[in-house]
Amino acid sequence: MTAVASTGGSVDRPNRPAPLSTTSGSAFAGRPRYGEMAIKLFLRVAAAVTIATTVGILIALAIPSIGFFAEVPVLEFLFGTRWAPRFADASFGVLPLITATAWTTALALVVAVPLGLGAAIFLAEYASPRLRKVLKPVLEILAGVPTVVYGYFALQFVQSTVFKEWLGLPTGAFSVLAAGLVMGVMIIPTIASISEDSMSAVPQALRQGSAALGANRMQTTLRVVFPAALSGIVAAIVLGISRAVGETMIVAIAAGSQARLVANPLEQGQTMTGFIANAALGDSRVGSIEYDTLFAVGLLLFLITLLINFISIRFVRRFREAY
Amino acid sequence: MRTIGTTISASIRPERPIASGTNGERRPLALLFLVLLWLSLVVAFGVLVTLIVTIVIDGQNQFTWRLFTEFPASSPDRAGARPAILGSMWVIATTAVLTIPLGVAAAVHLEEFADKKNWFNRAVELNVQNLAAVPSIVYGLLALAFLSALGVRDKNIVIAGALALSLLILPVIIIATREALRSVPMEIRQGSLALGATQWQTVWRQTLPSAVPGIATGAILALSRALGEAAPLLVLGALVFVSFDPDGIFSGYTTLPIQIFNWTGRPQEGFHELAAAASVLLLVLLVLMNGVAIFIRNKFQKRW
Repeated sequence: MTAVASTGGSVDRPNRPAPLSTTSGSAFAGRPRYGEMAIKLFLRVAAAVTIATTVGILIALAIPSIGFFAEVPVLEFLFGTRWAPRFADASFGVLPLITATAWTTALALVVAVPLGLGAAIFLAEYASPRLRKVLKPVLEILAGVPTVVYGYFALQFVQSTVFKEWLGLPTGAFSVLAAGLVMGVMIIPTIASISEDSMSAVPQALRQGSAALGANRMQTTLRVVFPAALSGIVAAIVLGISRAVGETMIVAIAAGSQARLVANPLEQGQTMTGFIANAALGDSRVGSIEYDTLFAVGLLLFLITLLINFISIRFVRRFREAY
Repeated sequence: MRTIGTTISASIRPERPIASGTNGERRPLALLFLVLLWLSLVVAFGVLVTLIVTIVIDGQNQFTWRLFTEFPASSPDRAGARPAILGSMWVIATTAVLTIPLGVAAAVHLEEFADKKNWFNRAVELNVQNLAAVPSIVYGLLALAFLSALGVRDKNIVIAGALALSLLILPVIIIATREALRSVPMEIRQGSLALGATQWQTVWRQTLPSAVPGIATGAILALSRALGEAAPLLVLGALVFVSFDPDGIFSGYTTLPIQIFNWTGRPQEGFHELAAAASVLLLVLLVLMNGVAIFIRNKFQKRW
């Protein structure tokens, strides 16, 4: 994820000239080179594969969803409070999945926003270059740990050892709390990296001006650097939300598999991703309502993350234009 | 795995911070603030250490040769992860073959040939950014629908998993390759063109060779992400009892993360220990891959 990288995708270095001209209408173009044209066409096709992927995702999700919504009214899907697609009296209200997703995402943010921003402020404003060179890669290891391993940790250590044995909390085998908190740790690097980049992009002159007026480093950080970097920080948090909503393995392992409205984080719950992962295990026949349900939930998930991503990309654009 | 981000920040970073350490922090509030900042790092690293200690302690009894040589079994004392390890290798190798040429080609197009004002190229650029943040499980659904449309009955085959993972890491490879190409100075290209090379000759003989270390680093990091990924494969039905060695791209398979997921969900304690041991193995593999990536970057990366 690459959320970090994605914000760097379209940075244009200010001093870099435009790419070599591609117009062949120039007087110096010489004879046409067909081999070269074929290669360029191939490269263009490769780039088009990314568009094809997005279009493919939309078609792949939309077609079974149309079949699904032919049987289940959209409003019943979006606002129904009972999710029981496999029962005899099947019911397709997606709200239980959404509440569980909202819980895990919110809990993840409770962990990741303060810790991620704390780490980012320390790395951008306080750490010496040498210390930063050591701390940053270690922090990024957190993003490299496979999500199944986080899932194992959430279930075996956080839920069963800490919550049940040490704290004696009234909770079952699974809880959205354990899944959410561990997921929060996973997205710390996402939030920390992008926020740190945006704080580092704040001109040094602003800090010097603030220091010259007698502000200490905390005041400089909170009142000068933080507001100046705010759009980047918001983008980081929004991307963190997107990752939390789409995260699958942690919730599939530790959050439980009963879809019901979650009122208390110690309960178990099934998120949208958790449902897709679980339902896919029971081999559904193509064209059956179970199969279509997968894609309807997938479409909802995709649209939610798409919306979040575009908000984030917009924020990044704004912060890039600031200086 | 986020080293791509690191390279960006390193290049836009200005000079040293105004001060470092605790010098100049006299007000208690400012000191408290600094302590809180430290604390957030300590908590993050503390969780990482706890996680590693947990899986090492849980898995120590099962981390034996049996893990590498045996097939999954109904009893934890006889079970191993041999097909999962081989399956991971097959899937990652196939993914690499599928996605690296495609990703590099797309990045070369965007970075070296594309007219930035053209709507198509702008759409591709925005799209790559967006694809990088699409949930991984959606790629699984895409592959599932694709295979269903082709009429493939048994979707648990290496090539299907590799297809989903390829599309998943394609944006990562494109972004990393673009970074690498961008760091090649313009003068190299201009010199080549001035000597009469065509655009493609310039790219093929000058720009790409100079960018290979960066591309290799990015590709290895992307593949290490694919190695740890389980969700799309789960959707494709990779959670099965595999009691044979996968032997080709149409062979059935399971992978290490899927095997860990399977063992974690079993009731017996012995399987949880096996899951922990396999997690240790997976982490070691990832650290090795990242180590190779960092080695390549430090050893071969040119600085202009």
